Amino acid sequence: MNETTKKANSGISGYFHQIFQSIFPEPLIPKSEQERKRYLLKNLILHFRPSTVPVKTLKFSLTWGLGGMAAILVLLQFGTGLLLKFFYEPTPVAAYTSILILQNKVMFGQLIRNMHHWSANLLVLIVFLHMLRVFFTGAFHPPRQFNWIVGLGLFILVLIANFTGYLLPYDQLAYWAVTVSTGMLEYIPGIGALLQEMVRGGSDIGPATLSIFFAIHTAMVPFGLIILMAFHFWRTRKAGGLVIPRAPQEEIKEKPVRVPTQPNLLVREVVTALVLLAFILVFAMVFNAPLESKANPGLSPNPTKAPWYFSGIQEMLMHFHPFFSLFIIPILMMIALLILPYINYESKPSGVWFGSFKGRKTALVAVITAIIATPAGILADEYMIDLAAWMQGVPVSISNGLIPFMIILAGSIGFYALIKRKYSATKNEAIQTLFVLFLVSFIILTATGIWFRGMGMKLMLPF
Amino acid sequence: MPEKGEILQNSKKASRRSFFNKLWIFLGFVAFIEFISVVGAFLLPQKRRIKTGDFGTVFEAGTAEKFPIDSVTAFVRGRFYLARLEDGGFLALSRKCTHLGCTVPWVSKEKMFVCPCHSSAFDIRGEVTGPPAPRALDIYHVFIENNIVNVDTGKRIKRSEFRAEQVTYPKSV
Repeated sequence: MNETTKKANSGISGYFHQIFQSIFPEPLIPKSEQERKRYLLKNLILHFRPSTVPVKTLKFSLTWGLGGMAAILVLLQFGTGLLLKFFYEPTPVAAYTSILILQNKVMFGQLIRNMHHWSANLLVLIVFLHMLRVFFTGAFHPPRQFNWIVGLGLFILVLIANFTGYLLPYDQLAYWAVTVSTGMLEYIPGIGALLQEMVRGGSDIGPATLSIFFAIHTAMVPFGLIILMAFHFWRTRKAGGLVIPRAPQEEIKEKPVRVPTQPNLLVREVVTALVLLAFILVFAMVFNAPLESKANPGLSPNPTKAPWYFSGIQEMLMHFHPFFSLFIIPILMMIALLILPYINYESKPSGVWFGSFKGRKTALVAVITAIIATPAGILADEYMIDLAAWMQGVPVSISNGLIPFMIILAGSIGFYALIKRKYSATKNEAIQTLFVLFLVSFIILTATGIWFRGMGMKLMLPF
Repeated sequence: MPEKGEILQNSKKASRRSFFNKLWIFLGFVAFIEFISVVGAFLLPQKRRIKTGDFGTVFEAGTAEKFPIDSVTAFVRGRFYLARLEDGGFLALSRKCTHLGCTVPWVSKEKMFVCPCHSSAFDIRGEVTGPPAPRALDIYHVFIENNIVNVDTGKRIKRSEFRAEQVTYPKSV
C-alpha cells in the first residue's frame, strides 16, 4: 500500500473508503479508452458483452431493440410475478378471492397485477416481432442456425407461460378459455385423450389443473427461460454479435469499423429499457387487467374464446376439421419453422432486409395476395361453401378436412412456382415470399378470431 | 520400448476399452429411460377419491314418476341432465359439449341443447342436430332399483350416436 492510499484510508472517511474499495475494486466510471474497453470484462452483469461492437450494428432500425426488450420484459415478469406470489393462492376455492384482495386491499396490488398482465401480452408480441426481424434480416444463416432453434424454444416457453398464467385468476374468462384450449387436445389422434388428462390433471379443469399450471408457470418456465436465455445470448456472442446491416447491393466489408461497447451500446440499451419500463408503468396505471366473475363450471359464456395468441388456430378450427386445424397444420407450421435455417439456400445474405431488392418486391406481392385471398376465403367458407353438405356421403374429416387442406396446399405450391418463374426469384426469395404469404394469412386469421367473432362465434363487425 | 500409443492400439486392450465404453453408454441410456419413466409415472393423472354425493358417484335422482314424459331435468352437482323420452325411457346425458367441452344448457323453448360456445345443437336424446360437435353427448349408466332412478356418474360413456340399447326403462310399464 503506497503513501497516497494510506493517506486516503486514514480516519473515518478512509474507513468507508476501504469498505467501498472492497466492494468495487475497479473504477466505477471508466476514464480512459483502455479503461472503457476493460470495463465490461470486470463487470459481473456485463461481462458477456464484447468490448467493442461494429458501429453499424448500433443502428436502431436494424433490430428495433426487440431482443433486448424481450429480455427486459422477462426480467420484469420475474419481478412482478415474484411479488404476486406473496398473495396468490393456487386453489379453485381461494384463487379468485386472493386476486380480489390483492387488487383492492394491497397497496399497489392492482398496479403490480396490471404490469404483469400487460407485460405478458406485450412479451408475446415482441418475441414474435423479434423472430420476424431475425428472419427478414437473414440472421438465421450459418453460424446462427442453431440459435434460431434456441429462439424457437424460448418462444414456446413464453407461450406456455402465457397460457398457464391465463388460468390462474380462475374467473369465467380463465376457466372457459382453458377448457376450450385443452379441449382441442382431444382431437390429437392416439395420445390426445391421455395428453388432455395429463395437462388437466383429470377429466375436467379443477384443483389438479391449477396446481399443475401454477407449478409450470412459476417454476418450470422461469427455470427453462433462464437456461435458454443464457444459451441464446452465448450463441449470439459466439456468432460475433448482430448481423451487420447493409443495402442489398453493398459489398461486405472485411473489417467493419468498431467502437467501444461502453458507452455506445450500453447507453442505447439503458435508454431503450427505461423507455419500455416507463411505457409499461403508464399503461398499467391507466388500464386494469381484466377480471370477470368467479369461475362457474355450470355456465359457459357466449362467446367463449381462446386467448388472443391462439385465436389464429381457433379461427382455423371454424373452417377446417379439427384433425387438420388442430393437429396437421400446427405441426406443419412447427416443422417449417424448425427447418427454416437448414434449407439448402443458394445464397446466405445476412444483414440485408428481405435479402435483396427483388425479395422486397416479391414480399409485397405476397402481402397483397394474402390480404385478398384470406378474407375472401373466410367469407366464402362462412356464407357460400359447405363442402360437408355438398359431399353428403363422404366423412367430414375428408370433405371439410383433407379436401380444403389439399386445395390450400396446391394453391401454396402454385404461388411458389409463380413467384419463381414470373419474378425469376432465387430459392431464398421464393421461400421468404411463401413465408410472408403464410404469415400475413395467419395474422388475418388471428385478427378475425379476436375482433370479428361475436355471439355464437358468428362473423360480425367489432362494433 | 514401444510407444505408448502403440500399446494402447494393441487390439486386446483396445477391444476391452471399447467394450467398457459401450457398456457405460448403454447403462447411461438405461438410466435415462428409467428417469423418464419415473417422471412420467409421477405426472400421470391420479384417480381421485370422491366423496359420496359428489360428481363421480352414483346419484339417486328420484322416483321414476317424478319425471314427466318428454322432459329434461338438470342435476347441477351431478353435472348431468336426466332426460325422459317420449316412450318413458331414461337417458342420463353429460352436460359437456363434445366439441371443446363447454357446458350445454337445455333450451326448453327449442326442445334442444344449444352450446353457447360455437352453437352446437343436440336433441333430447343428445344426438347432434347442428355442427360443429363431432358426436352425440356422452351418457352415464342409468339403473332403476325399487322404482328409484340411479345415475352412475363414475364412468362417462362416449358414443358416436344414439342407440336404443342406451335407454333404461322403468320396470312397471
